[in-house]
Amino acid sequence: MKKPALKDKGMFPEQYELLERTSSPVLSRRRFFKYMGTGLASFLLVSDVLSSRALANLGADERSIAEDTIAAWIQIGEDGKIKVFTGKVEVGQNIRTSLAQMVAEELFVPVKDIEMIMGDTRLTPYDRGTYGSLTTPQMGPKLKLAAASLREMLKELAVQEWSLGKGSLQLEKGYIHHPNNGKRLSYAQLANGKKLLRKVDEKVSLVPSGEWKIAGTSVPKINGMAFITGKHRYTSDMVLPGMLYGKVLRPPTYGARLKNIDTEKARNVQGVTVVQEGDFVGLTAPDSRTAAMALAIIEAEWHTVPQPGREDLFQLLKEQGETKEGDQEVEDMLQAAGAVLEQRFEIDYIAHVPLEPRAGLAEWTGDQLTVWTGTQRPFGVQEELQRTFQIPKDNIRVIMPDTGSGYGGKHTGEAGIEAAKLSKAVGKPVKVIWTREEEFKWAYFRPAGVIEARSTLAQDGKLAAWDFHNFNSGSAGIDTPYAVKKKNSQFHASESPLRQGSYRALASTANIFAIESQMDDLAFLRKMDPLAFRLQNLEDGRLKDVLLATTEAFGWTKAKPTEHGYGLACGAVKGGFVATCAEVQVEPGSGNVKILRLVTGFECGAIINPAHLKSQVIGCVLQGLGGALFEAVDFKDGKILNASLSAYRVPRFGDVAEVEVVLLDRKDLPSAGAGEAPIVGVAPSIRNAIFDASGHKINRLPMLPTGKVPV
Amino acid sequence: MKINVNGKDHTVSVNGNPSLLEVLREQLDLTGAKYGCGEGACGACRVLVNGAPVASCIMPAVNLQGNPIITIEGLEKNGILHKVQKAFLEEDVFQCGYCAPGMIITAVALLDRDPAPSKEAINSAMQGNICRCCTYPLIRKAIDRAIKNGENHEKAGVER
Repeated sequence: MKKPALKDKGMFPEQYELLERTSSPVLSRRRFFKYMGTGLASFLLVSDVLSSRALANLGADERSIAEDTIAAWIQIGEDGKIKVFTGKVEVGQNIRTSLAQMVAEELFVPVKDIEMIMGDTRLTPYDRGTYGSLTTPQMGPKLKLAAASLREMLKELAVQEWSLGKGSLQLEKGYIHHPNNGKRLSYAQLANGKKLLRKVDEKVSLVPSGEWKIAGTSVPKINGMAFITGKHRYTSDMVLPGMLYGKVLRPPTYGARLKNIDTEKARNVQGVTVVQEGDFVGLTAPDSRTAAMALAIIEAEWHTVPQPGREDLFQLLKEQGETKEGDQEVEDMLQAAGAVLEQRFEIDYIAHVPLEPRAGLAEWTGDQLTVWTGTQRPFGVQEELQRTFQIPKDNIRVIMPDTGSGYGGKHTGEAGIEAAKLSKAVGKPVKVIWTREEEFKWAYFRPAGVIEARSTLAQDGKLAAWDFHNFNSGSAGIDTPYAVKKKNSQFHASESPLRQGSYRALASTANIFAIESQMDDLAFLRKMDPLAFRLQNLEDGRLKDVLLATTEAFGWTKAKPTEHGYGLACGAVKGGFVATCAEVQVEPGSGNVKILRLVTGFECGAIINPAHLKSQVIGCVLQGLGGALFEAVDFKDGKILNASLSAYRVPRFGDVAEVEVVLLDRKDLPSAGAGEAPIVGVAPSIRNAIFDASGHKINRLPMLPTGKVPV
Repeated sequence: MKINVNGKDHTVSVNGNPSLLEVLREQLDLTGAKYGCGEGACGACRVLVNGAPVASCIMPAVNLQGNPIITIEGLEKNGILHKVQKAFLEEDVFQCGYCAPGMIITAVALLDRDPAPSKEAINSAMQGNICRCCTYPLIRKAIDRAIKNGENHEKAGVER
């Protein structure tokens, strides 16, 4: 893979998948989206002439709604049901619930009255994608402003209706109550089937977080019942009349090109249609078994090219990493210093392994294409489809049903595009579900990397010089949160042998692993307690607070058995502040390591849903155990050697340590996302605990593929 | 071939020797059981066969003659949730929910066999079910709740 060219501000180099296919035309963001009003009584204030005029000025037809109007985000039906529209998608973060809570809070309605329409390119406003922990801090406030604007408008309408002066109106459960005569008007009555085109008031007052009644509470997962009864339809469960099952022929190794192909036997299978367009070879069949059998009897010869293996990985990433000029002052300080701590860290590729592999269902109606697919970027997939078929974007609708997870691994649209190609060729709806093997081999991995760090302390025990280089893994979290007299932190792009891209928390996991290992070892050299050493060098009050709360809950100063070790780590990622303390046991004879206890403290501003936040933190911590201890992608000669769930180990019940979560609720601060940050403390806290228990420094991820430290 | 699923007889095609999972999902439109790995290693496809949690992705459908099958869709009785489903709902366990049907089926089989399993027995029974969102501690809480609910039912003399 080529070195990425960073175009967009705020992006990280390890989001490689977002930069693929950059040679294709990039489309400007749409200002409008088509509005199909079937069954919806969205409303327009007749008196709202400004917006109507504004619409006319822009030459938009009446099916279009500008994105700065309330109706783009919230509409009230005649039945009083409130529909909320957002391009964000649900992949298990439970944002369907938390966003509904935020809207309900501003509208004074119960959550059950709200229906969230998510990730549908025809119905929802444009959205770049659900990644980067941006839903809570960015979409949340947007929807809150729209909801509060709507609320204020309804109040105005009630005042008009009752011919009242400005007075205090009581709002409750979708009704506005008259101040003195006991009458009430429902939102639906007030809305009265009119279209609402008033602009969202960016300055409207929001319910103060101290007064929240719905936000800030543990509202259970919306549609929770559908999941525990098996009724929720993921893309892979969807069926359309006449639908066929699609399969795509994959090269045997990376980089292989088709030389010869004989599809005759497959064509002769009843019900099978083979589709070939250049190197794309796929087929459809009435059921998935027939499709798999037909695919297996296609005979293909391939040109292969040599591919590097895992044994050469770290050398290669370093050698091919771009060279950058360092910082001379840092270099001079390190040269002059008596003691320099110099360490190298190696980070393996890992796979996301979403339990629902990529799936896409496509249907063409004339020149109109609809694709259902589990993607974190429905509008991105719409653009991929537009590039693939060279048809207007308005002809393409991408719908994202709540999906069987992503963790940053579903930013692309492969299965949906394959389904659309096959569907176009055979003239029927086609569903493509990737096998687990395909998901391992043909999706993308979290980047591998090499990190080289050097640092030295001043006489007073404070950090004097800090030199930090990350090759390939990424730049997220590369800046140390500690105060350093002079520091230099650099990312070096490299050539990756495997396709790589975003993963939960991006490179923060790798960078903070190295930073926090370095900090612990400096504390040891200085003969200082790791907590005291960090506090001495930290400046950020929020990070200090979470570090103190976590170590207190953990009992950092408590005595421990001799074979046990304590370790800690902290970090600030995407607006969240996290600290993790680990207790491990290292058996002296065998070197077996047991992770006994993990306590994670997390602070992300005002908490929207405490139960779901706690669940996210637990999920991050335990998923993080995999990459910390045993997950690694093994590869050789263009093949992935452990592309199955029996070969690639992910955390299971038996791996689960005692997990405790400490949440700090900062009602005075804006809410930040929580699906990523809590993963970063796991690996370094365990690494430091192993060192504490046994004196072994393990400077690579995964740390314990055999479960043991060397003895 | 005739199979019995959730108390109903169905005639299904076994041409090409399909897996039970393929028959359930593609012929009977029972999509609760999920594909996760295709090798019986993740638990997402589990259904009850004679009360045992079986990986339907590697079970040939032809083996099921005379062996009644219960899927996640068949746990509810007369609109009333199974006590395990109820416990999972009450504990608000899931994030993406894709593992839910297999998780619940495995827990149902466990508690049918042993109404008061030890922590180790729970670990061992659930070891074959992957939750990639790693909600394991919440799943354990739900199982503990289901055990308690069961005890209360028995005390009150209510039929499970």
